[in-house]
Amino acid sequence: MGETMQALSSKPPAPAEPKLAVRELVMTRRTASGETVTATDRLTFDVATGEFVCLLGPSGSGKTLLLNVLAGLEAPTSGEALLDGRPISGPGPDRVVLFQEPSLFPWLSVRGNIELALELVGFAASERRAAADRWLARVHLAGWGDAQPHELSAGMRQRVALARALAADPDVLLCDEPFGALDALARELLQRELQGVWLGSEGTKTLLFVTHNVREAALLADRVLVMSAAPGRLLEEFRIHAPRPRSLDDVLVARVVSEIHDLLMREVDASVAREMAR
Amino acid sequence: MSRARWLAKELGPPLVGIAGAIVVWAILAATTSIPSPASVWSAFVDGIRDGTLPEAAAKTLIRLAFSFFVAVVIGTSLGLLLALNEFARRSIRPLVVALQITPFVAWVPLAVIWFGSSERAVVFVTIVGSFPAMTIATLQAIRQVPPVYARTGLTMGARGWQLYRKIILPAALPGVMAGLQQAWGFAWKALMAGELIVAAAHAGLGHLLDPRGGVAIPTVFAALAVILVIGVAVDYLLFGQLDRRIRRRRGLILEG
Repeated sequence: MGETMQALSSKPPAPAEPKLAVRELVMTRRTASGETVTATDRLTFDVATGEFVCLLGPSGSGKTLLLNVLAGLEAPTSGEALLDGRPISGPGPDRVVLFQEPSLFPWLSVRGNIELALELVGFAASERRAAADRWLARVHLAGWGDAQPHELSAGMRQRVALARALAADPDVLLCDEPFGALDALARELLQRELQGVWLGSEGTKTLLFVTHNVREAALLADRVLVMSAAPGRLLEEFRIHAPRPRSLDDVLVARVVSEIHDLLMREVDASVAREMAR
Repeated sequence: MSRARWLAKELGPPLVGIAGAIVVWAILAATTSIPSPASVWSAFVDGIRDGTLPEAAAKTLIRLAFSFFVAVVIGTSLGLLLALNEFARRSIRPLVVALQITPFVAWVPLAVIWFGSSERAVVFVTIVGSFPAMTIATLQAIRQVPPVYARTGLTMGARGWQLYRKIILPAALPGVMAGLQQAWGFAWKALMAGELIVAAAHAGLGHLLDPRGGVAIPTVFAALAVILVIGVAVDYLLFGQLDRRIRRRRGLILEG
């Protein structure tokens, strides 16, 4: 029996095996007033290896909670979250998270932050500095290595966070509205940066990107999963075939944006109506 | 800003405060039996000249250095233990808080009973008087680390002790520094109380505060002034500067 299991698990995964899979996932959360609220309701979806998927939904649809489950930072209330077909049991550098809040370590320099990421995945001490500087150059921040995070603008800090996340060379990058707090220009630059990295990985890096910005989702994603208002269910998915890099003027992109937008408006109206009826 | 102007801005207000205090003191001295600033100054000069003050200060500082070091080691390790282990936190923390709110002077008679009227009694009082502040500050500092740092560290692959060494403890450092500064204040006060009361701890600054031992009143004031100056100097020059450096590096101070 044990041998059979071993033989099975050592077999290379079938090409159809999704990188991430969410099965009937239910998450509840406690509000400040002590109520238990269902955040996601029997959510099921897959993300294929190398796919760029955006998760879109009104506030309170459980997007962040879902991302935390996939990151291994929280356990599902019921249902499953799978990575390469195996249940996710904890966090790891194969699934780095890019948070919305600035999460650079303020006691380390910009370079130090990236060096720490390299150290934690086992880079030799002698190679870290050069590798960190390569990553800084990759996000157009060469020369900023000795600066402290607080000396950078919010957009630059988030670029360092991106470089730090990528330095661990994760298979999966989980993004929790990472550009939500940035101004329009910085946001656009970072979207381009992220897209460049993803394209450059040639189908090896899987991205799950949480946002509530419809245009951001339409610009970046292969597929947009639209979630309902709380409790979060999967409302609809949109496949976007427009060539990259995309522009909002692209007819295809513009159409998807307006479709998703209409869907979300209807959903928000409906959820308000549901609340009123209660 | 030029160096001179910086000095004036930095040192001006405290100097004005000290000058004001001396004026009030001189007025009080003229109307009561308090020794005048001039007589205290000459007692101070005599004390320096015949070696009593430097000798007492040296004795005191050695005791202090030893006790404070032990208190910091005990305080931070206990704080860390309480942060790591919920059972330890819930069982030991109330005891540490109880220790912290017990006036350290209350320990002096007990210390004398346990250790005799000895050096050890003074050291004991100083340690017991200062380590609880260090423990509580360390515990608070660790517990107040923003969760996003730990989460980020976990997703970056930090595990167990590594997470603490690389992320939680550095993140908690400003809070631990504040505890150090606070514990220093407690250690200094407890040591003075110990030296004042435990007779065998002769030749310390605290001992010079006791007129019953035949110390002249102006000398008591001179010793008091030395105690104040050492206390403030260490607090400001050592802990204050260290704290400012850490905060500036992290962008927690905006000026200069």
